[in-house]
Amino acid sequence: MIEINQLSKKFGNHLVLDNISYEIKRGDKVVLVGPSGSGKSTFLRCINMLEQPTSGKIWFNAHEITSDKKHINRIRQEMGMVFQQFNLFPHMTVRKNITLSPVTLKLMSPEAANAKAEELMRRVGLLDKIDVYPSTLSGGQQQRVAIVRSLAMNPVVMLFDEPTSALDPEMVGEVLQVMKDLADEGMTMIAVTHEMGFAREVANTVLFMDEGKILEEAPPEEFFTNPKHERLKSFLSKIL
Amino acid sequence: MWDEFVRQFNSTFINDDMYKLFLEGFKNTLILTAAATLLGCAIGIIIAVIKVYHHQTGNGKLPTVLCNIYLTVIRGTPITVQLLIMYFIIFAKFDNAMTVAILTFGINSGAYVAEIFRAGIMAINIGQTEAGRSLGLSEMQTMRLIILPQAIKNILPAMGNEFIALLKETSVVGYITVLDFTRAGNLVRAETLQPYFSLFFVALVYLLLVLLITKLLQLLERRLRKSDRNQSA
Repeated sequence: MIEINQLSKKFGNHLVLDNISYEIKRGDKVVLVGPSGSGKSTFLRCINMLEQPTSGKIWFNAHEITSDKKHINRIRQEMGMVFQQFNLFPHMTVRKNITLSPVTLKLMSPEAANAKAEELMRRVGLLDKIDVYPSTLSGGQQQRVAIVRSLAMNPVVMLFDEPTSALDPEMVGEVLQVMKDLADEGMTMIAVTHEMGFAREVANTVLFMDEGKILEEAPPEEFFTNPKHERLKSFLSKIL
Repeated sequence: MWDEFVRQFNSTFINDDMYKLFLEGFKNTLILTAAATLLGCAIGIIIAVIKVYHHQTGNGKLPTVLCNIYLTVIRGTPITVQLLIMYFIIFAKFDNAMTVAILTFGINSGAYVAEIFRAGIMAINIGQTEAGRSLGLSEMQTMRLIILPQAIKNILPAMGNEFIALLKETSVVGYITVLDFTRAGNLVRAETLQPYFSLFFVALVYLLLVLLITKLLQLLERRLRKSDRNQSA
């Protein structure tokens, strides 16, 4: 579904992504781990072109998105993205946050978008919060709303950029549960996270990135019990 | 003493319907300030959006250069000189002085409003833009629906100050024959040869107007802050 070919990204003279090639298939649950500064987030942000790759190509359903700036807005509609800092719109109610994009882009009528918003909010257990402003919600609730906001666009793939890193520890579980449910329903997802339990339980592939390269790629069982690369061994010994 | 006071009052305001001059001037000052503010806001938002767009994406180099020239020239020259150039050179063949005045003050104010808006937009977390774009909204939709509404709330106090500054600056518009409140006062002074009443009255009215606007802005700000509190209550 997403094919990444020789992707590189430089910030000034600093090479953040070094010639990465990788393919994500429908239904894949890919978890990216690695030390900070290894390029995980940049990699994820290149996939929906929030970062402009310096070189290399990315195809999304046989559509080359790196060369096609005109259709990037339409392509992004199919890629949900969840941020570390939630990035809910503070001047709108939760309902408006969720329905803004589908209604503005005329993908749904206001009524249909409302119904969809209510259905999704019920699924994440927050229906009673649909008409409040984001600032009244806890971090975990805000992040669940952010996930709902992305889902309201009916994406075919979800990108998670450290979705639980800004949360108080007791709220991490509720967000991971929503992500896990999503995975169980078959959503294709790529997640950058430090939650190794989630990686173990949900991922079908775990990638280890360091210095802009994918150094290891393995199913979680093998990834955690039998790491091959020295750098991954030392990384795991530090965090587990 | 009292007789003299009454005599001066009468000659300043009552005799020869002098008060009509003040009323006409007051009306023109308000129209000029309001219209120039609207024009200034429109220009300011456009300039600010162009500059922020350039800052964030590196695109739009030529428009940005033009904007910077505009900002430099307008902010680097006195408003009175701009007014004279507009009236006697650029619009020399056009004799509606009020329209020229509105244009000049609007263009002038736009340069200052642009900087206010630019700062206001830049103060909004880049994550807001990214969230909007990641939902498939275009740059313009993101700016209009997500960034500007938040920015405008933050810059209201600064905009209020700009409005007050503009109100006072319009007092030089008499240079190009527009009968504003200041010019009305000065005409009355010349007519009656009594500077005290006419000029102090003009100063007092400006002062009261500024105080009134300040008060209104404070109320508006307090209400906005209250709605913030309600949201986080």
